[in-house]
Amino acid sequence: MSGNPNKGTPLVELRDISIAFGGIKAVDHVTVNLYPGEVVGLLGHNGAGKSTLIKCLSGAYHKDAGQIYINGQQVQINSPRDARKYNIETIYQTLALADNLDAASNLFLGRELVSPAGFLDDTRMEAETRKIMSRLNPNFRKFNVPVSALSGGQRQSVAIARAVYFNAKILIMDEPTAALGPHETQMVAELIQELKAQGLGIFLIEHDIHAVMELCDRAVIMKNGQNIGCVNVNEVTDDDILGMIIAGKKPPQAY
Amino acid sequence: MTDTSHSAPPPMQKAGGNPLTKLLKATEIDTRLLGMLGALLLIWVGFHVYGALFNNGGAFLTPRNLWNLSVQTSSIGIMATGMVLVIVTRNIDLSVGSLIGVTGMAMGILQVDILPNILGIGHWSIWIITTLFGIALGALIGALHGWLIAYRKIPSFIVTLGGLMVWRGMAFIANGGKTISPVDSTFALLGGGPYGAIGSTGSWIVGLLACAGIVFLLISGRAGRRKHDFPLRPLWAEYFLGAVGCGAVIGAVLLVNAYPWPIGIVRAYIRDNGLEADPDTLFISHGFAIPVLILIGVGIVMTILMTRTRFGRYVFAIGGNPEAAALAGINTKMMTTKIFALMGALTGLAAVIASARLNSATNALGTLDELYVIAAAVIGGTSLAGGLGTIYGAILGALVMQSLQSGMVLIGFDASIQRIVVGLVLVLAVYLDNVYNSRRK
Repeated sequence: MSGNPNKGTPLVELRDISIAFGGIKAVDHVTVNLYPGEVVGLLGHNGAGKSTLIKCLSGAYHKDAGQIYINGQQVQINSPRDARKYNIETIYQTLALADNLDAASNLFLGRELVSPAGFLDDTRMEAETRKIMSRLNPNFRKFNVPVSALSGGQRQSVAIARAVYFNAKILIMDEPTAALGPHETQMVAELIQELKAQGLGIFLIEHDIHAVMELCDRAVIMKNGQNIGCVNVNEVTDDDILGMIIAGKKPPQAY
Repeated sequence: MTDTSHSAPPPMQKAGGNPLTKLLKATEIDTRLLGMLGALLLIWVGFHVYGALFNNGGAFLTPRNLWNLSVQTSSIGIMATGMVLVIVTRNIDLSVGSLIGVTGMAMGILQVDILPNILGIGHWSIWIITTLFGIALGALIGALHGWLIAYRKIPSFIVTLGGLMVWRGMAFIANGGKTISPVDSTFALLGGGPYGAIGSTGSWIVGLLACAGIVFLLISGRAGRRKHDFPLRPLWAEYFLGAVGCGAVIGAVLLVNAYPWPIGIVRAYIRDNGLEADPDTLFISHGFAIPVLILIGVGIVMTILMTRTRFGRYVFAIGGNPEAAALAGINTKMMTTKIFALMGALTGLAAVIASARLNSATNALGTLDELYVIAAAVIGGTSLAGGLGTIYGAILGALVMQSLQSGMVLIGFDASIQRIVVGLVLVLAVYLDNVYNSRRK
């Protein structure tokens, strides 16, 4: 009765991915898929291999073995640039912001808008940044200071704006609410719902079980680099998921 | 731009009544820049007054000394602009002094021992081939350093410390330790001197072009802000900036034109050109020296590179957060290689000026320059922690270093005192910078 409710070609399929660091298998033959318009949670202890797995998709790491399929087509992702080519955007846990640059420079880092002569078009980049920020965080005013001067929530909204601005089809969020207050966490939750409604597929790495139950459609639980199992979130309880994370115990609903 | 805060007005606003604060706010002048100009002025006036009181007349604030100062600053200043990029990306280059030695020596051999045999002595193209060769050789060596640092993961301190020794040794071996002199006569003009300056009319043309450039920048900057509805500076502040900028340029032109050719050169000039003139009354201005114009050109190009291009943006991004830069798809290893290659190319150019100025290539050329270059960049506000630095700051830093150096020579301090003072100033400058930065936060 249980099983993946989605049918057809997944947006992303990570098939049989393995990666090892100096003999330690950080990710060990893991297969995960993601369909358009759904949020898949990746759960597990620290060191379970969630972030490592996802970095193979975002181009930050090179997988040792396995294949990546986007819309059924096998693709090679060897760098962050490749990932961006396939509309994969990542919001890293560390946010990956250059602290000495302002919001616009960070938003467009690596994809700067240039004038016909090839020079940076800073005014246009700032105007675009103002536009997207007015949607994501209407209170944001600090456009001309380095992001080191921003609060945690403001920095987070810059990192999110970067992913949203470039029309991501596949979004990877690594603990997007870890550094945020309740109000900002709520904002991120609303944003996830909105993006989901637009048909994006979202991988959400999250420690907070409550947030997973609220935001995710499915959850994949990892332990020691292996995929313990996948559950449809509405078919299980918090305790089922905790049991999988802590003991690696697979409930009957898992597949 | 002004709207940096969206909460209640910060207490800073209270100071808005003070005319100086108001001026700084309206013109958006970097207070750091003002501080450096103030320090420079203090040094200049200090040396002049000291000379006037104890040495029978101040010799510092004279057209002759300031003109020489500008020429002496050129070589260090050019390298300092490159050092900004190196330090901003959290690296260091200790090899630039030795690199001057080896590229200077290679250029000396090329233009004195090789090219004249192929093209004939005094051929018009010798200086061009030599200069391009020197820049290319510097770039190649710099790229090698960068490759070792980025792709072989050897710390830049070690790679360039090795380079400091290797290239100095190479400079010696290249010509068996012998000095090569004189260099090609056209090449020598790149080092300055009475013939290596552009004269009164040329200086006025350069000055007027610079003024036109300043006005153009102000107007286009304002137009760009208006187009996107960004806050504008008050009109009076724009006029003020224009007036100060153009005033400084015209002042510089008047200064370099007030320094006449020495009497001996004037006599030779009259004789060689068969003129009927009295050498005692004929006033021929030096005008801007060619190496100074090269420095200004390098400064403009490097400023554009750092502030208006992707390359410059990536340099700052790598300095601010190397990991974030890599995740944003920037090829940080290739960037490091390019940055060191650029540093090498600028060092090659500095070697052109240094050897042309001496009219010779010696194996000791550029000894200890690395320390002055690093000091210039750091005094100019480049942070050794990475991510911060400006080209104009580095050039001003070079001017500060050179002012101290030649000022102390002028008032007769001996070499040991000079070193003590320069060392103390370096430490003090970085300390003041720390204080300034922590206050601003």
